[in-house]
Amino acid sequence: MQTNQLLAMFSGSLLLLGLIAFFLARGKAARVRASGTSMYAQPDQYGWFTVMSTAGPALVVGAVGSFIMLLVGAEIPPLLLLASCLVIACIGLVLGVAMVRPDFHARQAIERVIRFFLAGAALISIFTTLGILLSIVFEAIRFFQMQSFWDFITGTTWNPGASFLEAAGRAEEGASAAKFGSVPLFAGTFMITFIAMLVAIPIGLLAAIYMAEFAPPKVRTIAKPVLEVLAGIPTVVYGFFAAITVAPIIVAVAGFFGLEASFNNALAPGIVMGIMIIPFISSLSDDVINSVPNSMREGSLALGLTKGEMIRDIVVPAALPGIISASLLAVSRALGETMIVVMAAGMRPNLTFNPLEDMTTVTVRIVAALTGDQEFASAETLSAFALGLMLFVVTLSLNLVSVIMIRRFREKYRVNNL
Amino acid sequence: MRQSFDDISAQLRARHRRSARLKWASMGALGLAGLFLVLFFADMLVKGLPAFQQAQIQVEVDYSEQASQIPLAAVQEDVRPLVSRGYLRLIPGRMEDNPDLLGTSRMEWVLADGQVDQYLKGHHAKLSNKEMAVVDRLKEDGRAELRFNSTFFSSGDSKMPELAGIASAAMGTVLTLLVTLAVAFPIGVMTAVYLEEFAPDNRFTQLIEININNLAAIPSILFGLLGLAIFINFFGVPRSSPVVGGLTLALMTLPVIIIATRTALRSVPDSIRHAAFGVGCSRWQMVRDHVLPVALPGIMTGSIIGLAQAMGETAPLIIVGMVAFIPDVTNSFTEAATVLPAQIFTWAGEPDRAFIEKTSGGILVLLSILITLNATAVVLRKKFERRW
Amino acid sequence: MNMKVAQRGDSVMKQDQPGQPVTRNEDANHELSIRVNDLNLWYGDFHALKSIDMDLYQKNVTALIGPSGCGKSTFLRCLNRMNDLIPSVRVKGLIEMDGRDVYEPKMDEVALRRRVGMVFQKPNPFPKSIYDNIVYAPKMHDLVSRKADQDELVERALRDAGLWEEVKDKLHQPGTSLSGGQQQRLCIARAIAVQPDVILMDEPTSALDPISTATIEDLMDKLKQQYTIITVTHNMQQAARVADYTAFFHLGEVIEYNDTKTMFSTPHTKKAEDYITGRYG
Repeated sequence: MQTNQLLAMFSGSLLLLGLIAFFLARGKAARVRASGTSMYAQPDQYGWFTVMSTAGPALVVGAVGSFIMLLVGAEIPPLLLLASCLVIACIGLVLGVAMVRPDFHARQAIERVIRFFLAGAALISIFTTLGILLSIVFEAIRFFQMQSFWDFITGTTWNPGASFLEAAGRAEEGASAAKFGSVPLFAGTFMITFIAMLVAIPIGLLAAIYMAEFAPPKVRTIAKPVLEVLAGIPTVVYGFFAAITVAPIIVAVAGFFGLEASFNNALAPGIVMGIMIIPFISSLSDDVINSVPNSMREGSLALGLTKGEMIRDIVVPAALPGIISASLLAVSRALGETMIVVMAAGMRPNLTFNPLEDMTTVTVRIVAALTGDQEFASAETLSAFALGLMLFVVTLSLNLVSVIMIRRFREKYRVNNL
Repeated sequence: MRQSFDDISAQLRARHRRSARLKWASMGALGLAGLFLVLFFADMLVKGLPAFQQAQIQVEVDYSEQASQIPLAAVQEDVRPLVSRGYLRLIPGRMEDNPDLLGTSRMEWVLADGQVDQYLKGHHAKLSNKEMAVVDRLKEDGRAELRFNSTFFSSGDSKMPELAGIASAAMGTVLTLLVTLAVAFPIGVMTAVYLEEFAPDNRFTQLIEININNLAAIPSILFGLLGLAIFINFFGVPRSSPVVGGLTLALMTLPVIIIATRTALRSVPDSIRHAAFGVGCSRWQMVRDHVLPVALPGIMTGSIIGLAQAMGETAPLIIVGMVAFIPDVTNSFTEAATVLPAQIFTWAGEPDRAFIEKTSGGILVLLSILITLNATAVVLRKKFERRW
Repeated sequence: MNMKVAQRGDSVMKQDQPGQPVTRNEDANHELSIRVNDLNLWYGDFHALKSIDMDLYQKNVTALIGPSGCGKSTFLRCLNRMNDLIPSVRVKGLIEMDGRDVYEPKMDEVALRRRVGMVFQKPNPFPKSIYDNIVYAPKMHDLVSRKADQDELVERALRDAGLWEEVKDKLHQPGTSLSGGQQQRLCIARAIAVQPDVILMDEPTSALDPISTATIEDLMDKLKQQYTIITVTHNMQQAARVADYTAFFHLGEVIEYNDTKTMFSTPHTKKAEDYITGRYG
């Protein structure tokens, strides 16, 4: 029988049993009530409780059963599973109806189940993190069984070109052995991130200073959402803009100064990424600067300092932990940014300090490794997970440091809105 | 002897200048960001608006016996290279559907080739001098013009720029976001309700909270790796399908919805909770009947913003294979599909210059949807904003 | 000079010479520091200060008392133009210092604030070390540059503020690590380090414990040898203890400006008497 039909039968009969359970239990409760006995809960609540006792265990057994079938591959006849689920549902129904007694707290039982469900939902976020970690770690381990970890960390050549031949058992035919030295990828990533930060931190911080300290309220209410628009533009759009508009401009400008620039130069994605990140820095810095207590500003002005000196020497240093925290978050964001570099940066691993040359990044190689027609078990595909693992570790540490810093700031000035 | 005002003012001059410099610099920074935004939108409009127009030419179509075999024969030789291949290919089919056409011939406005379109828009086009002359003549006779490009909105992807459209990608986006919303909204709201209203303040709860904040900052591409390794390789969800894309995006959207819902719940004053407890509500009844209805606008706003974010996301979808070439609009959750940003990405990689225009046009559509969504969220928030 | 006693029951003192105290304190110095003439202030539409006349004398402590919301803090903040920070404020009238109108367009409010320092209700040391808290502003003002001069300045300011013995071994710890009373004295030291003429104090002891309060009151007594001190206080005993002159504010007006002893023994207006005897406030 088809899975779909089985599913339909299962849910249909469960629905029917549920309906029966509801009306049986409600009827019983209503009769008990009519006889003058006071009960702990409403008849409806007894009804719902019985529905849960009928459907709950059956659903759990069904889910576990099909899970085992699907994953472990154990041979459980689907019809047997269906039948056992329905039997369990019937037992649940009988037990549930039997529990409809005046001294039974049906409402509390329901609430316990609801609470259980809510807590279960909250666990999903934990499972997501675990899922990311485990899926990456397992595949990364498979990669490191093929390639040395040390070479991966310190190698300066990234040349996965021939690895698919090895996977096919034809290693000898490859012109050169595959090399997975990630240094040039990280060099490219950090270079582009560095350029992005050179754009984003000064502009973002200064814009935040203007909004928090100088701007009239009207300008502020307009400027903040306008800056947020920058953060709302999809990265694929930025990538297109960097590749089609900004990169040719940079090539032309470089040519004007007699320099040679690649059309996949690191400058274009770096600058555009920096612009994308401006609102991350300005928004958080603006909040932090605003929560520096006003007494600091009054105290410094009362000493005969100019507004500029007050901002530079008192307000910004006081807000520094928050600003650093915002910058770290921005760095983490830039390191993991994918579309802009995939579209505007190069594919060639290139260890250089010249931002006009093309260079590639970790995320570009992850995408390249996973979109080719490679067999999943090949070293090149798995290398994506090894790179992903590094990326995860770096961004996670940056995020944690940033959270700790913002917490320090919050404790120092006892502000709660950050 | 203490200094007089004039002495001090004289000393202050340089310091005031420095202060003013900071003010101008900071104002300039904000202006620079704004200027970039203006330049960006102007650039996209200039590049993308022409995509909403497409060249059509009026030619004589000859529905002869020969044309039903070799469609090229339906038009005269001099305009043959100027008519879209995609249009010509349809001729035999039309003749089969409508046998009366056989043997007739008439003047028709037909879709022009992409190069003619580029030529008419004044861009560089790969046309021979002779072909250009033909187009020029047609144009003088009023038989070649730019018309509204309905193909762009009604058809799927194509390798021929004049036939490429966003319909299949738009459908894929809708399907994917439906999955995302169906998964992320209930789980997100439930998580937030649990954390705000039920959870005891212990280490475990703190762990969940830190984890959620962290999840919001993990690079999106890693979610793609998760989707590939867990959903596709482990659970066997079909690759490239809206289901796998939607599930992946749901995990990314989850923290946004959770954080927004928690903020909304927190802004409900405790007096409402106390009042509900006071009339004998249980905790769940209090949440369901009193807190959630009040917090609903905030939850909706957060969800819309989360959805808009998911809608623009590309990197994880590339990893789970949603960059497929989808020429026909499908409405299946399990078949291969693509989404708007992925379509933009695919087009951006096409070597044909005409696709730059298509890409920018797609970007304009995507941006207008995103702006509409965000504006809705803002309006919703303004409308239901309550001060307690 | 003017010993004429106004009639009891008048709501506002009638003064022969606007701004002068009704009774003269013979122990006090009478060189004019700040002359206030017909000062009016509005917060938007709210008329917060109404036609205030007051002569403030050098090297004296002048206390401003009155119920909360009476305008005494607002008045204090006019003297160094701290009210400029609030956008809705409008000021009319004359505040004259050193022959110049404080509110004239040419007046540089930064220069004014250098000569008119301020100590706030809540101690607000900068998030810097004790040493830098004091030396920061003088360095900006070019009063000191050499390291030895800076050390000397820090020591002098801290000695003047009566804090030196307590902190001399921990000058490079953060100013926020001190106790509340010590922080407030640090703020006073910070204010006197820039050598102002006038020090404004806005309820400087209201956030402090009684022992710190007493220390600061002693300090004010010492500081008036060199500085003009104008203090706002909620605490009438404090005004009676430290001030040479006292002004009683009510609903934005100066009801009575008088020698402190006279003010607290035989006030000339009914309102001041009612306030001082605790009938309202």
